Amino acid sequence: METPTLRPPLHRVSRTAIWYWTVRAALGWLILIAAQVGWLVAQGDYLGVRVSGLVITVVVAAAHLAVMPQWRFRVHRWETTPTAVYTQSGWFKQEWRIAPVSRIQTVDSERGPLERLFGLANVTVTTASAAGPLKISGLGQDTAQRLVAELTATAQATAGDAT
Amino acid sequence: MTETGEIGPRGFEAGAAEPEQEPVWRRLSPRMLLVHPVQEVVRAAPALLGLLVAGSSSGGRGHLWSLAAVGLMVVYGILRWFTTTYRITSEHVQVRKGVLQRKVLTVPRDRVRTVDVTSHVLHRLLGLARVEVGTGTSDKAGGGGLRLDALGGAEAARLRVELLHRSSRTADAQAADATRGDVAPGDNAPGDIVLATLRPAWIGFGPFTLSGLITVGVIAGFVSRLASEGNVDLGRFRLLREGWRWFGTLSLPLQVATVVLILVVFVAVASTLGYVFAFWNFRLSRHGGTLHVTRGLITTRATTIEERRLRGVEISEPLLLRAVRGARLIAVTTGLRVGQGAQRGGSMLLPPAPRGEAETVAGLVLTAEGSPPRPGPPPTTAPLMPHGPAALRRRFTRALGVNALLAAALFALGRWADLPSWPWVSALALLPVTALLAADRYRSLGHTLVSGHLVTRWGSLVRRRVMLECDGIIGWNVRRSFFQRRAGLVTLTATTAAGRQGYHVSDVDLAEALRLAAEGSPGLLDPFIIPEGFSWEMA
Repeated sequence: METPTLRPPLHRVSRTAIWYWTVRAALGWLILIAAQVGWLVAQGDYLGVRVSGLVITVVVAAAHLAVMPQWRFRVHRWETTPTAVYTQSGWFKQEWRIAPVSRIQTVDSERGPLERLFGLANVTVTTASAAGPLKISGLGQDTAQRLVAELTATAQATAGDAT
Repeated sequence: MTETGEIGPRGFEAGAAEPEQEPVWRRLSPRMLLVHPVQEVVRAAPALLGLLVAGSSSGGRGHLWSLAAVGLMVVYGILRWFTTTYRITSEHVQVRKGVLQRKVLTVPRDRVRTVDVTSHVLHRLLGLARVEVGTGTSDKAGGGGLRLDALGGAEAARLRVELLHRSSRTADAQAADATRGDVAPGDNAPGDIVLATLRPAWIGFGPFTLSGLITVGVIAGFVSRLASEGNVDLGRFRLLREGWRWFGTLSLPLQVATVVLILVVFVAVASTLGYVFAFWNFRLSRHGGTLHVTRGLITTRATTIEERRLRGVEISEPLLLRAVRGARLIAVTTGLRVGQGAQRGGSMLLPPAPRGEAETVAGLVLTAEGSPPRPGPPPTTAPLMPHGPAALRRRFTRALGVNALLAAALFALGRWADLPSWPWVSALALLPVTALLAADRYRSLGHTLVSGHLVTRWGSLVRRRVMLECDGIIGWNVRRSFFQRRAGLVTLTATTAAGRQGYHVSDVDLAEALRLAAEGSPGLLDPFIIPEGFSWEMA
């Protein structure tokens, strides 16, 4: 392969994010499993169907929880330079987003209750285009704060309305 | 989503923004007191017509209620007139309104991006015009922009000039000029450069716009409402009855042919009429950094777009229009979303016209006033790079794949769920059409980067060629699905604050995508590109 390609961004997100993603996904699966258990306990026919349904759900959930967080940790990357923000995401559908710092409109940092539990934060960088927000989730709180401060400072330094 | 970070029109509660000094609050034109009742009556026309036709035969109370409702609406409209005032200070445009809940809407003047002056039939008869001030951030229905319904024609024209030609020294002259004319101002105003005017021959494109489909739908809706609400028995009309009887004697293929023929004729006539109504007197001109579009036979519209908000243009060719070598031209500007209907959104720069004409006008619009012509071929006609055999293969696998899946599903349903066999047979019969569509979709795909513009073209049912200024690109997204990855392709998206917010170059080689992005935004991507081979698995 002699053609130029994009290199992955330098930084990975926080390693804690693996646990965060695992727990968040597990909560989703638990709801489904609980519903299925409820159905199992309830009266009715098709016992075989219900049991095998539950087994399938558990197996899929286990596989998802084992693979997804690791994989996501490997593919979610980010980088900032004095001139640009660069992110990579997606495993089935890969996406790279590049936005010049001079066109940044807002830098948001958000921490949900679960993220707070793990000491994580996510950062969303928006430009004037509705098609181009750059989201970095699963950052350590310190990293996120530093990133926001840094980007805000550089973005403020540029004039114009960045459209 | 709206453009973040921009200060759009803000609604202040009453009392929060009390006037400090100067300009007085002005009322809308008193002639609106005449318009309101008529408008309400027209809106209630189907019910009233039914009342007339049905007469006292039904004898129900329902009609009385609807009459009372109409009366209430009239009173409300009049109250609205008394409670709506506006003023223009040196910094803001403000409107106070609300019968029960008082509101002050304030728009900073430097956020005004478009001013739309519309006159409907009644408005024109009375010399009125409705002014809509667009700020771009939230031009949703009923949302952000200010609407003054309505001012005197001269007043509306003066307002428009005042809002958009802040720096122009000819503003007063133009306003004075406009006072003399009808609602459509700016005719032969000094400093006006006419870029395009309607030629009668263009009306021939009318039938191919299919805009009449909507009209036919509306008429059908009106008739059915008349029949149900007004208890009008359509069988009473002799012509209809005779026609229906004759229709019944025909064989099925003939019946289908008749219906299709009638529909085609109706739609063609309605589309042509619609074209004439919408675009008569069409005129695109440039004046001191703004583009003016004036048009309309009965309802006149004048739209003004600030050129510094213009990021590019889009030539769109719906299939039928393309078949007769016609095209439309749409502006790609910040603050005007393309999605909400190019005509209503006001971003239309040229009605359906010969493609050559659209290209010429696009070229004129793209070359800013007084700027030196850029070297290289013009973006409007520059040849485009095809996307290669992999993209072609993808077009076919996607189109035929979906069609084959559909046919298989219908076949399975027919086999095991007692569905008749004609659905899957017709799905199979569609395959050649799908193949044609795929081939055409590939033929449309193309991109290039010339004279500081990214040019991308796509689509078959509506083929669009977008010429986007590189300065207007505010980021790049590179995306590839699992299948694209196997085909070695990516979809490159140039994000922008204008138009569709992002313009795709679909199914292009990664290397070519990176070349485009690097050339479009010099230096931006350089740190992230490695020129030699790189295995993703290493990451």
